[in-house]
Amino acid sequence: MKPPSAQSLATPMDSHERGHPSTDRHSRIREGKLDEGVPPRLLRSATSEPRWVQWTLIALALGFMTLFLFVPLATVFVEALKKGWAVYLAAVMDDDALSAIQLTLMATAISVPLNLVFGVAAAWAITKFDFRGKNVLLTLIDLPFSVSPVIAGLIYVLIFGLQGWFGEWLRDHDLKVIFAVPGIVLATIFVTFPFVARELIPLMQAQGIEQEEAARVLGANGWQMFRRVTLPNIQWALLYGVILCNARAMGEFGAVSVVSGHIRGQTNTMPLHIEIVYNEYQFAAAFAVASLLAGLALVTLVAKYVVEQRVHREKREALTQGEPS
Amino acid sequence: MVFSRTLLRRHTVLPGFDLALGFALLYLCLIVLIPLSAAFLKTASLTWDQFLDATTTPRVLASYRLTFGASFLAALLNALFGLIVAWVLVRYEFPFKRIIDALVDLPFALPTAVAGIALTAIWAENGWIGQFMPFKVSFTPLGVWVALVFIGLPFVVRTLQPVLEDVNRELEEAAATLGATRWQTFGKVIFPILSPALLTGFALAFARALGEYGSVIFIAGNMPMISEITPLLIITKLEQYDYAGATAIAVVMLVVSFVMLLTINALQGWSRRRQGML
Repeated sequence: MKPPSAQSLATPMDSHERGHPSTDRHSRIREGKLDEGVPPRLLRSATSEPRWVQWTLIALALGFMTLFLFVPLATVFVEALKKGWAVYLAAVMDDDALSAIQLTLMATAISVPLNLVFGVAAAWAITKFDFRGKNVLLTLIDLPFSVSPVIAGLIYVLIFGLQGWFGEWLRDHDLKVIFAVPGIVLATIFVTFPFVARELIPLMQAQGIEQEEAARVLGANGWQMFRRVTLPNIQWALLYGVILCNARAMGEFGAVSVVSGHIRGQTNTMPLHIEIVYNEYQFAAAFAVASLLAGLALVTLVAKYVVEQRVHREKREALTQGEPS
Repeated sequence: MVFSRTLLRRHTVLPGFDLALGFALLYLCLIVLIPLSAAFLKTASLTWDQFLDATTTPRVLASYRLTFGASFLAALLNALFGLIVAWVLVRYEFPFKRIIDALVDLPFALPTAVAGIALTAIWAENGWIGQFMPFKVSFTPLGVWVALVFIGLPFVVRTLQPVLEDVNRELEEAAATLGATRWQTFGKVIFPILSPALLTGFALAFARALGEYGSVIFIAGNMPMISEITPLLIITKLEQYDYAGATAIAVVMLVVSFVMLLTINALQGWSRRRQGML
């Protein structure tokens, strides 16, 4: 009587029952074996979707991401190498390209550490103390993210440009901010302003203040407490914030474009150099320099992935430590 | 110093409040608040009529229509596909899932100028995808939309993922036990939990798209009245030394950004409360 397909249902339940197999359908239903004869791959729990729905959704998601993410990424490298390695190397080793790379590295090297110090200071004040106006401060820190990069550049022109507040004074003292390196650094600082603070604040909030208080009670001075207790607790989140800050600093285009003046070999950063070369129809050269930045983006994603795993674990640990076990 | 005496709500043994808050506020004022206030002060030098003249010429109005319309439609597509991508990444298993998950952040990491020239090349008439299109994409308003879809993609996915991971499976089991189909469970149980986060992600993508410049200007073609976005118009005015006109438009965009920022804060608060409830 037993259908042959039931034999193939090699579940633990089956082997347990093999000694006294049920003889008819009704008794099997009584035992809760309603799925008789259904191959296991068609079984699903009540909280998942049919296979065809799953595969359709996966196909839609991957199709969308291929169209809008993977193809653009691949294009950068394909176009960069279209005319061969010789053209690629010539474009990257070009004098103007090299000076653009140098300027980008310099602007990043100045702005990231400054935002790092700010991020730690702001996160320390916000997460370790209870004070009036905290929420206003939190919103203000996020402000640069909601401002268009073009406007970020414009506001510095209004202050330091020739018609600006300090324009005449700067000219009289022979100082240049706009259309010069200081303006590029300022614009870069503005657009990368919140990154470190934003990564630190949620983690430090979850970690609380008990450990630092214990260090103080045990006689540590402020610096010892920070170095031995706080810093080890936040090092990965700090690194994560710096990675994001660094990627944005090197790639910023709109804000820097407004304040740079586009002087070849002097005030061109890598993204601006790409624009100029591209507008001269040297596509292979533009994509060659772009491929360097795309490579940086990939390195950023890998680093972000690795560090994110650790930060997640630390935040979970911090949250479970707070609960009574 | 002043801060610890006037602002602190509780006594504490921890050091550094005055120094940390003092430095943070000073830096915030120097880099963000004072420069931003310059835009408003500059605009205050205009009369109301001058301000209206500068911000409501036909060319400026056309740029608002394009910027807001394309941003809205891009955020809409991102909301739809962001929901699917987040769902698939949280609920299903498939090959290379972790790599694909990591690549969602590509638009955050890839410089906008690089994205701009890559998208232009792909969607141009002889490009990888553009050659199969029956109509022009690059150098049209449609190109603006494509670029804005690209840069807004991570926002919805990254806002939804943690909420979706936290959805209590017992609620879905209860719905199934009570006889709901899977589709009913999604519509009446899961979607209401997700909707505040979905709306937050939509607002974040929309806000980001409004100010986007780098990835758009390459693919847009930048024809006045047709494919010229508002941030580009600000730059054009600056290059003509029309500082007041550029700043007036910038102030309009700034006010919109501030409203978006407050909306997003409110949405996030709503989302957290909704999650805390369940």
